[in-house]
Amino acid sequence: MFSADLLANAVVSGLLLGGFYAAVAIGLAIVFGQLDIVNIAHPAFVIAGSYTAYIFNTTFGFDPILVGVAAMPLFFAVGVAIYRLYYAAFERTGQESLSGLAFFFGLMFIIEVTLILVYGVDYRLVSAGYATRTLSVGFVDLPGRMLVPFLVAMTLTAAVWLYLSRTFMGRAIQAVAQDRGALQLMGADPVRIKQWAFGLGIATAAIAGALLIIIGPVEPSVGRQYIGRVFAIVVLGGMGSIQGMLIAALLLGVTENLVSTFYGPSWSPAVAFGVLLLTLAVRPAGLFGR
Amino acid sequence: MRRICVALFAAAFAGAAAAADPIKIGFSMALTGGLAGAGKGALVAMEIWRDDVNKKGGLLGRQVEFVYYDDATQPAKVPPLYTKLINVDKVDLVVSSYGTNEIVPAMPIVMRNKMVFPSLFGLAANEEFKYDRYFQIMPAGPYPKTDWSSGFFELAQQQKPKPRTVAIVAADAEFALNAAAGARENAKKMGFKIVYDKTYPPATTDFTPIVRAIQATNPDIVYVGSYPPDSVGMVKAANEVGLKAKLFGGGMVGLQFAAIQKNLGPLLNNVINYDFWVPEPTLDFPGVKEFLAKYQEAAKGKGVDPLGHYLQPFAYAYLQILGQAVEATKSLDQAKLADYMRKNTHDTVVGKVKFGRNGEWATSRVLMVQFRDVQPDNLEQFSGPGKRVVLYPKAWKSGDIVFPYKQ
Repeated sequence: MFSADLLANAVVSGLLLGGFYAAVAIGLAIVFGQLDIVNIAHPAFVIAGSYTAYIFNTTFGFDPILVGVAAMPLFFAVGVAIYRLYYAAFERTGQESLSGLAFFFGLMFIIEVTLILVYGVDYRLVSAGYATRTLSVGFVDLPGRMLVPFLVAMTLTAAVWLYLSRTFMGRAIQAVAQDRGALQLMGADPVRIKQWAFGLGIATAAIAGALLIIIGPVEPSVGRQYIGRVFAIVVLGGMGSIQGMLIAALLLGVTENLVSTFYGPSWSPAVAFGVLLLTLAVRPAGLFGR
Repeated sequence: MRRICVALFAAAFAGAAAAADPIKIGFSMALTGGLAGAGKGALVAMEIWRDDVNKKGGLLGRQVEFVYYDDATQPAKVPPLYTKLINVDKVDLVVSSYGTNEIVPAMPIVMRNKMVFPSLFGLAANEEFKYDRYFQIMPAGPYPKTDWSSGFFELAQQQKPKPRTVAIVAADAEFALNAAAGARENAKKMGFKIVYDKTYPPATTDFTPIVRAIQATNPDIVYVGSYPPDSVGMVKAANEVGLKAKLFGGGMVGLQFAAIQKNLGPLLNNVINYDFWVPEPTLDFPGVKEFLAKYQEAAKGKGVDPLGHYLQPFAYAYLQILGQAVEATKSLDQAKLADYMRKNTHDTVVGKVKFGRNGEWATSRVLMVQFRDVQPDNLEQFSGPGKRVVLYPKAWKSGDIVFPYKQ
């Protein structure tokens, strides 16, 4: 059963899968990792991104990824508006821990139910030329359905990382994460920075959603499957570290696919989360803890 | 005197109201959540039956009314809903929600009230209860677990050279595990060697490692028990990896749905999978075309399956049988209704239905259909014959097998 080509394919397909996980988790790495906002509605925003890609793909034939990129400003604006509401209702009065969680839980349901009411509950799919082709390098297969999302996810991750580390606003976001009080002393408005960061986090969901619907069919409640995984990735990566998040996502993907290939797919989530627990036992702050 | 007049008037009024009181049929349905796609489609079909009946004057001269609630595809919500339907809404008849997981939790409530329980697509849901007023419209047959896949294995056995090895892969969930257990039994009974037998978790995103592991064991045939998103993932992965099985498919839920068929297109060619009704000439039962025409009109803009081949005719038929029983016995007496349904053969849009052991169909009609000559991105092609050819059982066969699936 064990062979070099199985091993190589398991590792490569795991990397591709992990890249996709990174695209879903990156928004949360900013919102949860940097801003400490427990946005469990993030996967629901990803599904909203999938539906956006689906609508424009089926009605106008646009490429799902291009739709995802074009929808980013809209998602950004929605994110900003939601943060304003969240801030006014909970954060300002210091009730963000429990009421805030309920707020995002409710938000998740509102998004799901809205999608159900408007588009029904059927599985939705998109068509894209590259999704049906498979690239073979030696004995390793690279299905376009996984490869293209991986490449886009890497680009997105690199862009977010550069933004956070090189631009003024990016560094301000990291500053808010580190010491809010000090930032205020510098004369910057933490609320404005946080709303910008929250908007950015939600904007990435537009792209992640497009990638998700390229990989497989989507229905309104499918996002819930990802809640556990993406939070685990952000925690494993070390709360807010983009490199850490990426490595954690790839690690999870490779572990899942190795177990799936050589032992049995039903064990793959258990082993992957076992690795997470072990890592946290050795490094409580995660791989790249802040 | 005045008081007596009022009382008389009230009594007369109540009497008149009782005569015109509608017959209430109660049920919960998966209108949101995981199974809502099918649940909402079923509801559209059921409403067509209600309107058809009411147009003809109702049942026993009374109009038919539905009382239903959304069970959100959550089994825990089902028992309180049926308690409410029976005790508070005082419905005259009940029927089930869609799917095994929603039917089983309703059983104890329905049984306690000794009501007839026509059921919509539960696999072996009455195996443990053995309730004699349960009637399953899904044609899985008297031994649902094994009948589900016997067609797949019998087809394999008839091929030359005879395939010898089988891989069984299934989702970690009630229906798929049952299907896999039945497949295992059939494989052993018919002398196949099982070379791969694994389950996968329902939240799997990437199916290529699973298909590769299957390919590494080099099976002649591959039996898959899966749910809609996984079925899509498996078919795509089988094509990406270049799975070389001679027979592929079996128990994949989702390949019966129009949206998924359209998206997968030619990737489906030569896949052999179960189905219950397809628009082949051998299954052209009286009334089914008229029903589908009404359904396809009603389905527009509702976000449900636009063709409605899979579940919808059966959702119409299980009410048809209940309605026929009410008319024939001229009563709403649950014992009489059950007795009638048990003893008679019923004419429905899905053909003649006769119930047998445990309220399942007396003989299985799990079809094995093979996708043929499917073109890309075309929904219309599936509304006519030729794309899903019936290979099994013999009585309904509409064409010959193309073998093998992939060289």
